[in-house]
Amino acid sequence: MAGGRKIRVLVAKPGLDGHDVGAKIVARALMQAGFDVIYTGLRKTPEQIARSACDEDVDVLGLSILSGSHLPICRRLKGLLQEHGLTDVLWLVGGNIPLQDSGELKTLGVDAVFAVGTPTQAIVNFIRERLS
Amino acid sequence: MNGQDKTDLRAVFNESGLEIKPVYTADDVAHTGGWDAIGSPGEFPFTRGIHKHMYRKRPWTMRQYAGFGTPEDANQRFRYLIAHGQTGLNVAFDLPTQVGLDSNDPAAEGEVGRVGMAVDTLRDFEIAFEGIDLDQITVSLTINGAAAILIAMYFAMAEKRGYDVRKLRGTAQNDILKEFIGRGTWVFPVEPSIKLVGDTVLYCAEHAPLYSPVSVCGYHIRESGANPVQEMAYGFCIAKAYIDHVLERGLKIDEFASRLSFNFDIHGNLFEQVAKFRAGRRLWARIVKDQYHAENPRSMWLRMIAGGGGGGLTREQPENNIVRGAYYALISALSGTQTMALCSYDEAYTIPSEKAATISLRTMQILIEEMGLCDTVDPLAGSYYVETLTNQMEERIRAVMDEVDARGGIVRAVAEGHIQNAVSQEAFENLRKLERGETRKVGVNCYRIEEEQPQIEFHPFNEDVCAEQIKRLDRVRAERDSTRVESALHTVLADAKAGRNVMPGIIDAVKAYATVGELTHCLVEAYGRYDEPVRL
Repeated sequence: MAGGRKIRVLVAKPGLDGHDVGAKIVARALMQAGFDVIYTGLRKTPEQIARSACDEDVDVLGLSILSGSHLPICRRLKGLLQEHGLTDVLWLVGGNIPLQDSGELKTLGVDAVFAVGTPTQAIVNFIRERLS
Repeated sequence: MNGQDKTDLRAVFNESGLEIKPVYTADDVAHTGGWDAIGSPGEFPFTRGIHKHMYRKRPWTMRQYAGFGTPEDANQRFRYLIAHGQTGLNVAFDLPTQVGLDSNDPAAEGEVGRVGMAVDTLRDFEIAFEGIDLDQITVSLTINGAAAILIAMYFAMAEKRGYDVRKLRGTAQNDILKEFIGRGTWVFPVEPSIKLVGDTVLYCAEHAPLYSPVSVCGYHIRESGANPVQEMAYGFCIAKAYIDHVLERGLKIDEFASRLSFNFDIHGNLFEQVAKFRAGRRLWARIVKDQYHAENPRSMWLRMIAGGGGGGLTREQPENNIVRGAYYALISALSGTQTMALCSYDEAYTIPSEKAATISLRTMQILIEEMGLCDTVDPLAGSYYVETLTNQMEERIRAVMDEVDARGGIVRAVAEGHIQNAVSQEAFENLRKLERGETRKVGVNCYRIEEEQPQIEFHPFNEDVCAEQIKRLDRVRAERDSTRVESALHTVLADAKAGRNVMPGIIDAVKAYATVGELTHCLVEAYGRYDEPVRL
């Protein structure tokens, strides 16, 4: 972390899923924790998300997915993050993610999976621990 | 009692912010609006129900939300549910269909057939409803952004099978304003989106008078965080926006208001929900009669599907959701709904398994067959508590509606993102209360089982669905009369640009097997796309 700079987080909604309650709750919780938070809004392509993460120079990328399409989305995002030189960005995935998919997500480079029901404080703590 | 000896009791508020007294008496009813406003079932203001004999005559319609994969997969699930006693269908479409994309669109990758059935052309509708008697089973289409196109497909499919569209019953959700607040399957900007809803209402009033072209949803607004009062108030404001639009286009209130229906949510406090529906029924009747001067009592009816909402269910200890579902169904029956649907116990994880969907259906059937819920109308009427709460909820709902009007109306508030913001703020507060233990949720912040391993059967996603669907799309496109399609699409575009009703043109186009994507593309060319105001 550059001295004194706030942790910057991009909260993104990839795919066509319109369920944004969770994404907005997490975004608000991270803002209250003192992070700079950018929320993309709905229906962003992996390309748009990677570009935003790059342009906004974020430390953390959080995806919220409830439609079940997390694997195809993250498979595509993996290469894009590499292309944009974003491999050291802390990559989080939240939403309706079955336990058995965590393994493949981690292999793709996802640092943590926060399924529905995760206390927001656990996400804040994880980010602080990993970026301190 | 009336408050004097309750000093040692903790103050209790319901979710809508009303303080609940430990004991209610006839005085409470008198002070909050009296007994006179209750009336009889089937009579204005319909507090006790829109029909005189309600479930004695016919139990509520059971309409579980269902659909996934290819139209063949969906057809199989539909037939399964009907074989087990379901009396209506509530069709789930996949996300590409909901936002107007064909299955071969790059943006649809990974989403085809996942959360609902994939639809590209009329052929898919022909397959999905094969063998289902559309006179016996009414079909509800959960479609919004692409509603005009899918309503057209439904009519075209029915007509092709020999049904008279003038006698066809059924419902389309087609409530685009709530999509901007929650759920998010918008396509076009706010104003043309309302115009499209108007097109379907005008078309149906003339050509399909028994069809319900709009089901106004408080449901998703509540699921997005709103409290029960906001749910009803925003829903009614939205319904009024559609009514105002259609009136401006020359229809009279009694020519279409009776075909408007509503979709509301059930979770949370039992009495608050029952009072919400009784209050809502009365308030809506008064609005349509007093503000719009309707004369036909049917125009004043709050016809509704009231379902057990996913927002009340938990990922933790999922079997507990079976119990919650049963209470939600009980609430729905006590509230006098016309149609019922329940979220299944596994929905925090997956598309409902056959077993979970069957349990939801059986839950409703047990209420009908074993619990005496159909014997008498509005059994909670006359309760000091319920009548007081009904009066108070009506007042609160009206107050929130007035606030929206004072700020320039719901259309402006949605276009500028104010309602979205209020609702997401409420969702955040709700979570905070849960995390602080101020609201209690069994299995979540009390009676937790750490390290639990839920036994959930995951709905298998068939990776071949997309390829199969694209293959069929290619075949249909190769076989159709492309000159006819082009000419029909040209008409739709011209009608949209000229501000004419696009429904007749869309119906011609879907009959020629124009695709959902092609038609959406035409409408986007004329209307543009919605630019989401992103705010936190």
